[in-house]
Amino acid sequence: MAQSLDRLRESPSQTAGPYVHIGLTPNFCGISGVYATDLGATMVNDKTKGERIGLKIRVLDGTGTPLKDALIEIWQADADGLYNSPAELRGAADPNFQGWGRCPTDMETGLCDFETIKPGRVPYQDGRLMAPHVSLWIVARGINIGLQTRLYFSDEAQANAQDPILARIEHRVRVPTLIAERQDNTYVFDVHLQGDKETVFFDS
Amino acid sequence: MSANPGSNRTPETGAFFQRDRTWHPPALTPGYKSSVLRSPQKALLSFDNTLSEIAGPVFGHAMLGELDADLIHNFARPGESAIGERIIVHGRVLDERGVGVAGVLIEFWQANAGGRYRHKKDGYLAPLDPNFGGCGRTITDERGFYAFRTVKPGPYPWPNGPNDWRPAHIHFSVFGHGFAQRLITQMYFEGDPLIWKCPIVRGIADKAAIEALTAILDTQATIPMDALAYKFDIVLRGRRSSLFENRLEGN
Repeated sequence: MAQSLDRLRESPSQTAGPYVHIGLTPNFCGISGVYATDLGATMVNDKTKGERIGLKIRVLDGTGTPLKDALIEIWQADADGLYNSPAELRGAADPNFQGWGRCPTDMETGLCDFETIKPGRVPYQDGRLMAPHVSLWIVARGINIGLQTRLYFSDEAQANAQDPILARIEHRVRVPTLIAERQDNTYVFDVHLQGDKETVFFDS
Repeated sequence: MSANPGSNRTPETGAFFQRDRTWHPPALTPGYKSSVLRSPQKALLSFDNTLSEIAGPVFGHAMLGELDADLIHNFARPGESAIGERIIVHGRVLDERGVGVAGVLIEFWQANAGGRYRHKKDGYLAPLDPNFGGCGRTITDERGFYAFRTVKPGPYPWPNGPNDWRPAHIHFSVFGHGFAQRLITQMYFEGDPLIWKCPIVRGIADKAAIEALTAILDTQATIPMDALAYKFDIVLRGRRSSLFENRLEGN
């Protein structure tokens, strides 16, 4: 006999269900007076450093229909590539940018609209710089465990070509599923849950 | 907005243990019909955490309102309270190493005592309670403990099979210290026979995993003449020591 590892097991995930708004964006679904504002609804203020950009994200099911009851959270570095997190040991991030946002998909159009800044580059484990990216976490009715992926930027072709995570994607035809198209100051990104254009989701 | 949730301890920066995806429900669980067209079918891209997954947002206790952890009163008219069995839900957020996780934002939402949600898409016959909104939140203390007060939610029928009922449950959204620890789950109540019939619950293969989502009646934490108590611990991904991790230049 050897010693026991005495590890606990992660609580199993369960779907966020159709009423995720009640818990995470109550003002959005008409429950007012409990919280002054919905958490994560505003990411930037006048003092936030960096290029203002919009992210327009949709999540499409296996028939190509946009989900209208999903919720997306994003997490990103500041303009200098620093995370506003205790785990960030390389320096102090912009105090006017938390780097985290939350948006329910519009109940009519399925669109999530984030107003944020273009993130700087963050190093990979070995010190190489990753391309600028935003981490996504997607939950909804019918999604049993939150989906992790990233949004990269179409106008960063050179950085994207050297990105160590994008480089790990075996089927190169799938790389574009992680790249948002720039239109003026907005990046448009469709997340496909299934099909030929299925987004590359992560287990990390 | 952000604040250091804890203390002067050195932050941990190790990568998280890999997720055991056989313990979680798989993406596709056909008995839960909504999963059929919403489940990714291609292999996930696996990689060890980078800083983007290891880091995560933190939330300070200053963001909390006085009644945020009291669903009996946080939507009620002055002097009134929500109808239903009054309960305390309490427990600890730990990681897989058994370490309490401090400064964790937990958000919870639920149906009212009759099984009705305050949401325009819920048309169940049971009435809304004018004094019950159904949402609350709290942040764990230095040792990972949390508690809130609510009414026990009712079970309710839902459109899936012709006669499917959800067991009484409370939804939990939990932040850890890293974005890769982000978790949403549901808490069930000890002794509810609907648990084992529910197509959403049955997406979980292992009986022990279902039991891990089932809160136990805790008569010692009960407040006499006021509220029953249920204990519900939540476990987030553990993490490696960063002692032997690659260090970036300058660290």
